Amino acid sequence: MKFAVLRFPGSNCDQDCLRTLRDNFGASAEAVWHKETSVDGYDVIVVPGGFSYGDYLRCGAIARYSPVMAAVTQAAARGVPVLGICNGFQILCEAGLLPGALMRNRGLHFICRTVHLSVTNVASPFTRGANQGEVIRLPVAHGEGCYFADEATLEELEQGGRIAFRYCEADGSITTAANPNGSVRNIAGVLNRQGNVLGLMPHPERACEERLGSTDGTFVFASLLGAGLSSVS
Amino acid sequence: MKERAITPAIIEKHGITVDEFARIKEILGREPNFTELGIFSVMWSEHCSYKNSRPELKKFPTTGPSILVKAGEENAGVLDVGDGWAVAFKIESHNHPSAVEPFQGAATGVGGIIRDIFTMGARPIFLLDSLRFGPVDKNSPGSAANRHLLSGVVSGIAHYGNCIGLPTIGGETWFDETYAGNPLVNVFCLGVLRHDQIARGAAKGVGNPVFYVGAETGRDGLAGAAFASRELTEESKEDRPAVQVGDPFREKLLLEACLELLASGCVAGIQDMGAAGLTCSTCETASRGGTGIDVDLDLVPKREEGMTPYEILLSESQERMLVIVHRGQEDSVREIFDKWDLPHAQVGHVTDDGMMRIRTGADVVAEIPASSLTDQAPVYHREAADWKPPDQLDINLVPLADIASALPRLLAHPTLACKRWIWEQYDHMVRNGTVVRPGSDAAVFLARECGKFLAASVDGNGLITKLDPREGGRRCVAEAARNLACSGAVPLGATDNLNFGNPHKPEIFRQLRDAVEGMAEACRAFGTPVTGGNVSLYNENPSGPIDPTPVVAMVGIVEDEAHITRQAFRGAGEAVWLLGDRDAGLDASQFLLIVHGRKEGRPPQTDLAAEILLQQTLRDAIRSGFIRSAHDCAEGGIAVALAECCISSEPPLGAEIELPDHKRRDDEEFFHEAPGRIIVSVDGSYESALAALCAERGVPAKRLGTTGGKDLVIGLRGREYRWPAGMLFRVWDSSLGELMDAVAEPLAAH
Repeated sequence: MKFAVLRFPGSNCDQDCLRTLRDNFGASAEAVWHKETSVDGYDVIVVPGGFSYGDYLRCGAIARYSPVMAAVTQAAARGVPVLGICNGFQILCEAGLLPGALMRNRGLHFICRTVHLSVTNVASPFTRGANQGEVIRLPVAHGEGCYFADEATLEELEQGGRIAFRYCEADGSITTAANPNGSVRNIAGVLNRQGNVLGLMPHPERACEERLGSTDGTFVFASLLGAGLSSVS
Repeated sequence: MKERAITPAIIEKHGITVDEFARIKEILGREPNFTELGIFSVMWSEHCSYKNSRPELKKFPTTGPSILVKAGEENAGVLDVGDGWAVAFKIESHNHPSAVEPFQGAATGVGGIIRDIFTMGARPIFLLDSLRFGPVDKNSPGSAANRHLLSGVVSGIAHYGNCIGLPTIGGETWFDETYAGNPLVNVFCLGVLRHDQIARGAAKGVGNPVFYVGAETGRDGLAGAAFASRELTEESKEDRPAVQVGDPFREKLLLEACLELLASGCVAGIQDMGAAGLTCSTCETASRGGTGIDVDLDLVPKREEGMTPYEILLSESQERMLVIVHRGQEDSVREIFDKWDLPHAQVGHVTDDGMMRIRTGADVVAEIPASSLTDQAPVYHREAADWKPPDQLDINLVPLADIASALPRLLAHPTLACKRWIWEQYDHMVRNGTVVRPGSDAAVFLARECGKFLAASVDGNGLITKLDPREGGRRCVAEAARNLACSGAVPLGATDNLNFGNPHKPEIFRQLRDAVEGMAEACRAFGTPVTGGNVSLYNENPSGPIDPTPVVAMVGIVEDEAHITRQAFRGAGEAVWLLGDRDAGLDASQFLLIVHGRKEGRPPQTDLAAEILLQQTLRDAIRSGFIRSAHDCAEGGIAVALAECCISSEPPLGAEIELPDHKRRDDEEFFHEAPGRIIVSVDGSYESALAALCAERGVPAKRLGTTGGKDLVIGLRGREYRWPAGMLFRVWDSSLGELMDAVAEPLAAH
């Protein structure tokens, strides 16, 4: 199973994703430059965090026009899993691969801290290793992570079980106080209709080692690899 | 080209003295033209030449077995960390720009120090910041302006550091009226590299092409170095064009492109364009290379039309580098910089005549011996005023304050309170190496490139330095080393930032001289060479000079991951010990300042021999596995330190403590700031071993009590004070945020 980690000008979590995949999971992972026009041969595509194009205009608004994104859109349509983390989530929303938009945090500050999340979809290739309603701890680090979508879209997401993660308290309760950025309905991550594209603001790649404070991000990559391993072996 | 005539008024406006002008004429053998005058004025400014501080800086120890690049040789010093790997690090100030435009001033300060590090061929991996502001609490006059500055500076650092993908993993922030209108913004950056990757800022190889790479040159930041070498006045706001505008996205591209270029092997020399821009980078590379340099300004990528040579040379536009390439390998530059969509241009070549020759096409607009700008700047031995030690505080003249309310009051004071409001705005986790996060004694970072655990701490104490400059110098070095020891690290080296007032005033020069001597003495004692640093003078506002504030950032290495130690108590039932029991009055303490509003007394003196013994003993105890947590007693004394151990535990934990009795008043026993004391917690089964180790080394050690329960209880001579740990946590954790989030945010890009 081979991972592609996209690299845009201004990506800055690309190395963290590559190292985590290689060192913590022994996975095969390669950086793919944004000017590439094909992602053929990769089994999973990771759109990492950072400040692609300096976040100028709007987060992700310029990166979506990079040549590689046309290839990612085609791959997603074929069912290839696409994981967008932080800026990657913003890019996937701008590219229309995921519904909704990410706005400036409530309170207007950039926020870097560890938050609690409730896992609310355990059917996707990214989350099948978790239990429904399980509470995990992952770091967030963003200035524009306030998720918004119109009511009709939100209802569709709820009905389809496409809200993958919600910000919550340590006991799993969904409260305003637990919501770091003002996201509508405490949404931290969503899936596309087919379930093969996930975008989330928190950073699972920063929570795969005990020494960094949490290993709760492990299941995202393990879920993907588990899926791949059965078909490979 | 028609040049402006040189008049005495123009010379004065450039900050050039009559004697200096005579010297310029002697060097050139003629009158300088307007462009040349501008070049001399920036290169001979304090910011670039250290003309007022150089004789003092020579007092720092700069050698040691691990030094690979010494202070002053290059943009940053380089230290060996073993296995063929090295670290490059440096601290730099952006005080004046931040005073007039906090967001961009701080942002470009971050950009500048990052360039200094990757210019050395190192991959930058983390940042620290050391900040000073006027009071931000609502009752202080002028606090709204101070909150504006704090808010802007923090957003500026966040904007630049977060975008470029460098975690800001530690720092310190103090609030005092002395910094009102003249905040201090010092930023530290560290990078890692292999020994064979060290790059040099020298123009080597006659005939080699000189490339300009990075952002286009505009009129922003004209002569910022000269601006930084003046006092701030009411009119300083008019200097806003002297503050540059930063573009961290461009810098991120420049960083990646430069590291790729260096890896290609085509680079003969590289130098960033920071203070004094194109001027400084050209004459410094030529001077270091023992060569000359010939540059055509017509070829320089420009952002605006009609810029004069003077403007192009003195512009401090950000995110630019000068690269000298081995002849025949020009295409590597073009390929790599095209890949990263960055401007590049071959603007000149290296010559053999020692001259910095600047042309526009065929016209020579400036022609100056390169080394005269870098090595023949005037050096001033300023006059130092006499100094007598301040009187010891007479405790009988200090009313006895209520201990029970004083502790939460200290913990809520912005200087002592948790700085979460600041560091949560910084991405302190990117690069996946932050093992000890902000808020403990020293940050610890796993450099994934080389597998080393690096520890870093930045410290300074303006109050103590004001009262006793030499002790202030010693104190910040000893504290930085102690913070490293508390994290389980062995100190390797240090970088200094000297923030002082106008050195023409004999009392200010005295502060500078004594503080440097104190720092140098301590650095020698700890065996930590100074690898470079920064001098920021003329830190004055309309009401006078700032309290002298030397700051030191020290870097250490944790030899074994198991040695990494944090300040928080780890669970109930641990024994709490004090290592290095010392006694002092309330002189120069934060308690005396915060509760009584007094900056007075004779600061307790650092005993360097005892300090080294203490730190070594702690490290040995950590290596032996005795230590569960370790925390330095600093601002706020032992009571604040004990509270911090309790409330940085998650969730907050109580402890039952009995303080040692030194036959002083309760407020003195609780809050004095004698240096050289560390609180540790140990598992009960190791207590006797710890006691034996301390006895063998001659380090005074006392058992203070045990952790557990929900309250911090501190007893002294039969009296008992009790605070719920949860209450102490809340006032400490929330006070800065509550002060700051009630005010409107400045406009910021992120």
